[in-house]
Amino acid sequence: MSDALLDVITLVSVGSHPMSARARRAEQDARAVELGLHLVGDRLTVLHAGNPYEESLRAYLGMGLPALHVLEQPKGADALPVLANYLQEAHVQVVLTGTQAETGEGSGMLPYLLAEALGWPLVVGLADVESVEAGYAQVLQALPRGQRRRLKVRLPFIGSVDNAAPAARQSAFGPARRGEITLEDVEVVDDLLWHEAALQPARPRPKRLKVIKAKTAADRFRAATAKATGEGGQILRDVSPQAGAEAIFKVLCEEGVIR
Amino acid sequence: MLNTLLPILLFTALALAVLGACRRVMLWRQGRPTHVDLLRGLLAMPRRYLVDLHHVVERDRYMSRTHVATAGGFVLAAVLAVLVHGFGLHNRLLGWALLAATACMFIGALFVAKRRRNPPARLSKGPWMRLPKSLLMFSASFFIATLPIAGILPDDFGGWVLAAVLTVGVVWGVSELFFGMTWGGPMKHAFAGALHLAFHRRPERFRTPFNASAARSSGLKALDLGDATAPLGVEKPKDFTWNQLLGFDSCVQCGRCEAMCPAYAAGQPLNPKKLIQDMVIGMAGGTDARYFGSPYPGKPIGEHGGNAHSPIVSFEGKALVDAETLWSCTTCRACVEECPMMIEHVDAIVDMRRHLTLEKGATPNKGAEVLDNLIATDNPNGFNPVNRMNWAADLDLPLMAEKHHADVLFWVGDGAFDMRNQRTLRAFVKVLKAAKVDFAVLGLEERDSGDVARRLGDEATFQQLARRNIGTLSRYRFNRIVTCDPHSFHVLRNEYGALGGTYTVFHHSTFLAELIDAQMLKLGQHPLALQTSGGLTYHDPCYLGRYNGEYEAPRKVLKAIGIEVREMERSGFRARCCGGGGGAPITDIPGVQRIPDMRMADIKTTGVEVVAVGCPQCTAMLEGVVAPRPEVRDIAELVAEVLIESSVAPAKPSATPRRKAEEVL
Repeated sequence: MSDALLDVITLVSVGSHPMSARARRAEQDARAVELGLHLVGDRLTVLHAGNPYEESLRAYLGMGLPALHVLEQPKGADALPVLANYLQEAHVQVVLTGTQAETGEGSGMLPYLLAEALGWPLVVGLADVESVEAGYAQVLQALPRGQRRRLKVRLPFIGSVDNAAPAARQSAFGPARRGEITLEDVEVVDDLLWHEAALQPARPRPKRLKVIKAKTAADRFRAATAKATGEGGQILRDVSPQAGAEAIFKVLCEEGVIR
Repeated sequence: MLNTLLPILLFTALALAVLGACRRVMLWRQGRPTHVDLLRGLLAMPRRYLVDLHHVVERDRYMSRTHVATAGGFVLAAVLAVLVHGFGLHNRLLGWALLAATACMFIGALFVAKRRRNPPARLSKGPWMRLPKSLLMFSASFFIATLPIAGILPDDFGGWVLAAVLTVGVVWGVSELFFGMTWGGPMKHAFAGALHLAFHRRPERFRTPFNASAARSSGLKALDLGDATAPLGVEKPKDFTWNQLLGFDSCVQCGRCEAMCPAYAAGQPLNPKKLIQDMVIGMAGGTDARYFGSPYPGKPIGEHGGNAHSPIVSFEGKALVDAETLWSCTTCRACVEECPMMIEHVDAIVDMRRHLTLEKGATPNKGAEVLDNLIATDNPNGFNPVNRMNWAADLDLPLMAEKHHADVLFWVGDGAFDMRNQRTLRAFVKVLKAAKVDFAVLGLEERDSGDVARRLGDEATFQQLARRNIGTLSRYRFNRIVTCDPHSFHVLRNEYGALGGTYTVFHHSTFLAELIDAQMLKLGQHPLALQTSGGLTYHDPCYLGRYNGEYEAPRKVLKAIGIEVREMERSGFRARCCGGGGGAPITDIPGVQRIPDMRMADIKTTGVEVVAVGCPQCTAMLEGVVAPRPEVRDIAELVAEVLIESSVAPAKPSATPRRKAEEVL
């Protein structure tokens, strides 16, 4: 599977432990590194935009990486343009990221905005890269309830990794201490959002009440494992782009996404 | 004819022995340098050999007497033989002395031979089965050859036939006993053992009075993490210090460690004796095909091998030792306590674990998760650190942050998060309050002591936790630390010193015994005292007993509440581990049976209703055994039950502990 010519970059951020809020390697980013290590071993490039002197970045090096590349930026700078610039120049085929950062804005928008800026396809919920050949990658995308969807995606592409990807290996002290952090000075682009917006503590997202209707264990088991069957909806095949777009627009209006 | 042959034989053997010795020394010197006081060690060696070593051998009376006769006879006979037969000092008196020495050795060797007729499984076979014959041959040959010199027989007695027979006997004898000693034969234990005792890595074990108890020096040695070039633990046999290699080489393969090892008994792939032999194989190069003792359970002999310059554990294929062997150890130190050669098995295992964790990131099973939790939340289970004092929400415990000084600092330990152990903690607080002890807790400032991290080989996390704890402790004034957790007790007492934290630390049983002695507690009789059947037994925690030598205080406390302890066969320094130490429940290497089940079987043979413990790990492990089984109670609980409180203090409004976990460094 590991193609000698394949170049993979994993984007990492500084994480935060959910209990103690201490800086750590971010859970999903570490999984993205793990996936990258699986693909190309220690030829993997790991990239961070931010403070190169953050100690917790070394936890990624502890996974067995010889070096970590940092685009030095102060706090509050916009990582998107510098990353996009870097990736544009990097001759890379696969870019892996976590789904959502644990610190900072943590909007989960970065993979989408990067893909948009670069004009590359984006695969969310990447669970595995099965093969890479002839300019295409065959990947597994994680769907709810343990389902997987096999996709063929054109290179280069961005894959965002969530908790469905293989767990990250242990970070060891020795390699973490030895690993090198290389700096690159980049033009600092201020993130305007930080100037106009203010942070406030997140409220837990309201959850839909789970009404258990099942009377027997067998029913509960079926409810837990059955495929989600959407009600309504329609499958459009062989329609014109115009008709397709209209159908999507209609659904978005009905769901209240577009008002 | 013998008069010309014997000196040639003796001096050839001696020359070969010297050559072998040089070769052996070169093997040991493959190890890393370490500071050893060579001269002082050599001067102390005879005493260590004759007193301390003998004291451990003495636990098996048969063997100690046999050893004294054989070894004493041999040393004397060897010296006299060189004088009489080597240098030709045909003095009648010397002749008689040599006769006595060889006779003594012969009698000893007969007992060695008797032990070998039907040897217990723990003894190694192979060349070791030859040893009694060689001993008999040596002593008999020199006895007969000396008879003419003592004037008992005429000089030409027996003619050339006897001379030929004696020559064969002497050649056999000196081969085994002179140059076999340095060329890797069974007698190697005497040569390497003497030097090992002289250059022991824990000289503080040998203090007067005699008995080189393992409890005298049990703290693991710290890694220097400041030195980026120093290896993090042991990857290859040559990464051990030279005196560790020497120590491995001194193993006499008596298998006392094997007989005591809980992991071996549980069928986990560990045998301390084989591990030490594997290290010898690693040092000299080769495979374990010529090892004649019990294997690691479930691992056939002959498949593993290595040399001083290749990794001990291989992740592809087989090397010297499999990783799961190293992770089976509960660090109970039963092997170290039992070893007559004072070999430090646990140090070696942790050294190799350090490499696996710090360099390879290969801590098995839940190991990585536990270490991550320790780094992020200061407790192994990843509980939110702000909940550390929830167990005492209604107890109005004095906090060090408010008091700043107290007589006793009560170190709560991570048991604070465990609902079972919270009962123990609350019982102990009740006793402390009844005795009006001036105490305080660190509250949310306390962190895991680092014990588990260290035993899992994560020296970096241990030192981080330890330094932060030391930083916290340095801000307060107290006379002593008291804790209900023998693991914290051991680490605070014996392992923080190297990082700059020296404290007076008490286990709660010792402290309770002191309170009782000072008559600060009014205690009644425990209901168990009044029963005729049933009763109570006490399970010694490894980290209190073997690690710190405290066997008396818990028994004293139990006696004070009227309970006579019905001792198990394996109690005191021979107590079997509960299986909960050394991160063994975390790495969870499968065996044929579980260690706590075996310990509970030990407990059941006494027919008791209650087993008293003094350790949260032991409590958890023993309570994990399926019912019906005796009840598991901590000593603090038993004492709190019979506490007679003079006057009930008016209930005070309880203050909630402050909810913040600060970084201290």
